[in-house]
Amino acid sequence: MTMKFITAIIKPFKLDEVREALSAIGVQGITVTEVKGFGRQKGHTELYRGAEYVVDFLPKVKIEVAIRADMAEQVIETIEKSAATGKIGDGKIFVFDVEQVIRIRTGETGTDAL
Amino acid sequence: MKTSFKTLLALGAAGLAAPALAQEPTVADVMTNVFHLQYAMDTFYFLVCGALVMWMAAGFSMLEAGLVRGKNTAEILTKNVALFSISCVMYLVCGYAIMYGGGIFLSGIEGGDTLVEDALGAFAEQADFTGDSVYSGASDFFFQVVFVATAMSIVSGAVAERMKLWAFLAFAIVMTGFIYPMEGAWTWNGDDVFGMYNLGDLGFSDFAGSGIVHMAGAAAALAGVLLLGARKGKYGPNGEPRAIPGANLPLATLGTLILWMGWFGFNGGSVLKLGDIANANAVAMVFLNTNTAAAGGAIAAIIVSKMMFGKADLTMLLNGALAGLVVITAEPSTPTPLLATLFGAAGGVLVVLSITTLDRVFKIDDPVGAISVHGVCGLLGLLLVPVTNGDVTFFGQIVGALTIFVWVFGCSLIVWGILKAVMGIRVSEEEEYEGVDLVECGQEAYPEFVSK
Repeated sequence: MTMKFITAIIKPFKLDEVREALSAIGVQGITVTEVKGFGRQKGHTELYRGAEYVVDFLPKVKIEVAIRADMAEQVIETIEKSAATGKIGDGKIFVFDVEQVIRIRTGETGTDAL
Repeated sequence: MKTSFKTLLALGAAGLAAPALAQEPTVADVMTNVFHLQYAMDTFYFLVCGALVMWMAAGFSMLEAGLVRGKNTAEILTKNVALFSISCVMYLVCGYAIMYGGGIFLSGIEGGDTLVEDALGAFAEQADFTGDSVYSGASDFFFQVVFVATAMSIVSGAVAERMKLWAFLAFAIVMTGFIYPMEGAWTWNGDDVFGMYNLGDLGFSDFAGSGIVHMAGAAAALAGVLLLGARKGKYGPNGEPRAIPGANLPLATLGTLILWMGWFGFNGGSVLKLGDIANANAVAMVFLNTNTAAAGGAIAAIIVSKMMFGKADLTMLLNGALAGLVVITAEPSTPTPLLATLFGAAGGVLVVLSITTLDRVFKIDDPVGAISVHGVCGLLGLLLVPVTNGDVTFFGQIVGALTIFVWVFGCSLIVWGILKAVMGIRVSEEEEYEGVDLVECGQEAYPEFVSK
């Protein structure tokens, strides 16, 4: 496999830093989605007029990026570094193999389409 | 001119009996003009204060719209405007007549052919500027009617998000046309309570209505809430209270500040007169004390909120300001500004404790805190009056508060009970989930943003 697909769930306020860091190492494009979920951090409770309410799903940002396999280590390291706060809830990075990529406009395939 | 004031007045009074010839204006003419002017000033003051109180309807509307969920916003606004309109009409039909006399449908309120002579005669009898105020009967009705609407507005917030629109409006008819005017007659009009006792004789006093308006509204609301039950999802399986956050805190804040402003009319207008030095000063003191009590209540509430919850709960701050206003309403003219601030602060502390206690211990679901703000703090306001006003007794205040509460709560319970049996007062569980905006009004307040 010559291409990798990386999905990272990060804290929303870290998005700008991650995007800038990825651009700096030559990543051509990313896809961003606002998502909600929980991991080890779980949710948390808030008080409204003295009554508790539980926030089960915390807002996070999901970043998706497809890259040449030889860039994967660098991209992962970059996301790890730029998204980290050291506190619980920093998120996760998932790495997948990519079978094929096609640029719709030109029909280019493989690494040419990245 | 060396003529003394007393001589001037005597001449003025005499001048009424013998109108001056068309010559140079006599002292009597001048006095007559001064009386005209005073009548105009006191009437004008009354009308402007009434308009300020009317605007409190906007305050209640915004406060309640902010503290309910988005799916129930259009309906709570509908209730607020409709209840205001019903209050105005019912008070015109029979409410004012029950409370102050003068016949149903306000017969004769326009003053009749001898309006000017009667008013000038009334001034002349006083022979002094500092007597009772003389003003237009129509302005009196206008000022009084907006108080009825205020009492009724208190109910809508407490029963929000689950009560049927038409059951609520049916209750509004009875509340504003009968229940409120009856207790209003016993208090502000000085009538005997069913011929048994007279609150005024017992040393009861409620300047602008901490009890007569606010606690009365809260008593009606409490009766409704008890028969209505809590909103779905408000309490967990073990009865633990759950928060149901309001949709729009900017609106709730705007509403509170509108109420704060309207309250200057509510309390300031209740002096009933502006046109002499003592009363003008009293009005200024009332404005000052009303404002500082609200500030004291707000500060106290946010401190208590921070201490109890660890966070500065905005909605508690808003309720605290209103609590301060309700507390000072029973007597805003005699406390010193410092005492007024402390009274307001006492209300601010009490309101937070009361809201959490009603919510956690009594499981009374009051989405906007109306029962605590207007009921509990209204009672505190009544009980604080004897501290600064020597003519008032604790005994009279307690009897008065009990009279108002028992009457309004009892009648309301009966009326809500009848409505519950006849038409039902609560929307179905499914309708409650959908939101009463769609069910009752067929429209959403924020069609592009609603999340359920």
